[in-house]
Amino acid sequence: MAAKDIYYIPEGSKWPIFGSFALFVLFIGGALLMNGNANANVVLYIGIALVAYMFVGWFNDVIGESRTGKYNGQVDVSFRMGMGWFIFSEVMFFAAFFGALYYARMFSIPWLGGLGSGTATHEFLWSAFEAAWPLSVTPDPTNYDQPKDVIPAFGVPAINTLILLTSGVTVTFAHWALKNNKRSSLNLWLAATVLLGFIFVYFQAEEYAHAYGDLNLKLSSGIYGSTFFMLTGFHGFHVTMGAIMLLVILLRTIKGHFSKKDHFAFEAVAWYWHFVDVVWLGLFIFVYWI
Amino acid sequence: MSTVAHEHDHHHAPTGLKRWIFSTNHKDIGTLYLIFSLMMFFIGGAMAMIIRAELFQPGLQFVDPQFYNSMVTVHALIMIFGAVMPAGVGLANWMIPLMIGAPDMALPRMNNMSFWILPFGFALLISTLFMNGGGPAGGWTMYPPLVLQLGDAFPFLIFTVHILGVSSIMGAINIIATVFNMRAPGMTLMKMPLFVWTWVITAFLLIASLPVLAGAVTMLLTDKYFGTSFFNAAGGGDPVLFQHIFWFFGHPEVYILALPAFGIVSTIIPTFARKPLFGYASMVYATASIAILSFFVWAHHMFTVGMPIKGELFFMYATMLIAVPTGVKVFNWMATMWKGAMTFEAPMLFSIAFVILFTIGGFSGLMLGITPVDFQYHDTYFVVAHFHYVLLTGAVFSLMAAAYYWLPKWTGYMYDEKLAKIHFWLSTIAANVLFFPQHFLGLAGMPRRIPDYNIVFADFNMISSIGGFAYGISQLLFVYIVIKCALGGKKAKAQAWEGAKGLEWTVPSPAPFHTFETPPKLTKSMLEN
Repeated sequence: MAAKDIYYIPEGSKWPIFGSFALFVLFIGGALLMNGNANANVVLYIGIALVAYMFVGWFNDVIGESRTGKYNGQVDVSFRMGMGWFIFSEVMFFAAFFGALYYARMFSIPWLGGLGSGTATHEFLWSAFEAAWPLSVTPDPTNYDQPKDVIPAFGVPAINTLILLTSGVTVTFAHWALKNNKRSSLNLWLAATVLLGFIFVYFQAEEYAHAYGDLNLKLSSGIYGSTFFMLTGFHGFHVTMGAIMLLVILLRTIKGHFSKKDHFAFEAVAWYWHFVDVVWLGLFIFVYWI
Repeated sequence: MSTVAHEHDHHHAPTGLKRWIFSTNHKDIGTLYLIFSLMMFFIGGAMAMIIRAELFQPGLQFVDPQFYNSMVTVHALIMIFGAVMPAGVGLANWMIPLMIGAPDMALPRMNNMSFWILPFGFALLISTLFMNGGGPAGGWTMYPPLVLQLGDAFPFLIFTVHILGVSSIMGAINIIATVFNMRAPGMTLMKMPLFVWTWVITAFLLIASLPVLAGAVTMLLTDKYFGTSFFNAAGGGDPVLFQHIFWFFGHPEVYILALPAFGIVSTIIPTFARKPLFGYASMVYATASIAILSFFVWAHHMFTVGMPIKGELFFMYATMLIAVPTGVKVFNWMATMWKGAMTFEAPMLFSIAFVILFTIGGFSGLMLGITPVDFQYHDTYFVVAHFHYVLLTGAVFSLMAAAYYWLPKWTGYMYDEKLAKIHFWLSTIAANVLFFPQHFLGLAGMPRRIPDYNIVFADFNMISSIGGFAYGISQLLFVYIVIKCALGGKKAKAQAWEGAKGLEWTVPSPAPFHTFETPPKLTKSMLEN
């Protein structure tokens, strides 16, 4: 009988409803925080803790089932499709912010500057405004922080590009080592990837501190600051998550999990890592460089 | 079949509350989705009743304008995200595994989470009505800068959208993995029932569009609380940008509501016409074309916002193009019925009404898609009439058809056909009395989302409100029929409908807790569509 002929259906699980409740608490905490509620932080932290606990518990179940050989080829394919389409949904999330960036650069700023059909807009709203990118003076200069300068592409961002691209290579080396059953080499390359991931996040944090502290470049610096920080910020968050995921995989490889044939969790995280890598290339080109 | 199921002792049905809240069973989760969506249908419907009561006569009678606007806004959010979408997912859950010969959904635990997020999400949304500053009242489209004036409800509205998005994306991933990975041997893609095809295409729309909405509302949140200026021209942004991002999601969303309806109708009409579906392959390609085109037409929702003329023309022509695959579908449904041995049970009645009334909604949509005339129709009751024809007499009618069609499979009993026919006629007449006059109101210039109106609109509004109340009351009959059917009645055969095709009719009625635990051997007749 082929593996496909035996289906695997998990037993009832408490994690889905627990996770739904956790998200509920998390979002209530977030909303209360926005509303300036005095107890918001408590609710938010409980929500974060519950979500984290859900992830740990749920993955623990899945890892246990996988280690005891309950899964078959069909489950594996379902997981692969699940992860692949999840990453696609993430791509579309970033697409919304890239769309905002392109719209601002191609349409709203030129129009505000008087281009095309924006003549009247320019004349009657802010006639002193000059269209430029990076936008250092916003149309209404009084209500927004005017940045002194922006982060140049060929400084820390270029180094960060190199770091992420290198980490994409090291995670592939780790994968090859796993496939050839070279466990110590696997651990080494994976550890290197995690390290590179966290170094990237550290540099990014330094860059933010520099932008806020020295350059007056903030979220509130008009559309440049908005797109800059939202795009790099969500990306940085994804790198952090990816690095944590890689760390979990590293702990698992050190414990001796995964075989040369069966290691989808490793591959899923590697896919995710390549995804943040590719998003970064888009950021480096369109946010920092051109 | 059921005795086989009980041989695996770890596969017995769990009991009590745990059965439902810890469920990994596609039928139970499907039932939860369907019951939840029916409840939301009535909550959203109650809001519609408030709206129609207020509009019964000119002047302000019952509610203040702020609350009226909240009702309009939350009615839409509940009906879209709480009633129609979950009902579609519920049907997908119940029927897709049965139709493709799979034991369950591909990712059963995630399936349960997709459902259980919904009650929490709507708790968030409905709680906003009681908050300082009132509930969301800027319309379900959440356009800035108006929506940014919302009080404490604002972040709750944003996070409701996020949490419901999480649910829908997980549901969509599950459907894709199920359809592409769990089909029984022999069930090739082009042998799948059309309902499965329409749902898998819908799932792609969900995955591609909902994250974009999540991004859009995130920008709203940061604009309000973190000083960003995505939608503020003073900082170099543009409020119109929100409309672009929103409708990039919003137009595919319309097809997320409509495509499963196409699948349902394409399943039911062949059954009661006792003929195979005309042009199966063209139906698949038409559905896919509609889905792809839906990503290139979004700005037809914003013709009056002040776009460059090239943009207006592009989006007008792209919109016209959608009429082609939609026309293929309507033609195929009619050709399926042509010279068929037709009988008119409730599912068929609702399906035929769907074809006619959805087409009316489609035609008014074509009118709205023509840029120069849209300048007159925009934001009038003509738009309201249009989308209620496609969503109520379209999507909701198809869901009613589906419920009657598959109730025997779900409960094991036949529903009361006589009452169902009464329900059909009441619904159809009431819905047309409700929405047809709104075309005239719109053409005469009555704006939407306003609680008061000029006295010249009084007669049509009163007729419309009478239709609205009649429609609302007649839906109670549906609940009665469903409960009656669940409790007993004439036993349903495995093949509940004489002309029905498909694997779901090869398992007993009611469908046992577990089906197709080993892949079914498919014969040629089972694979006919």
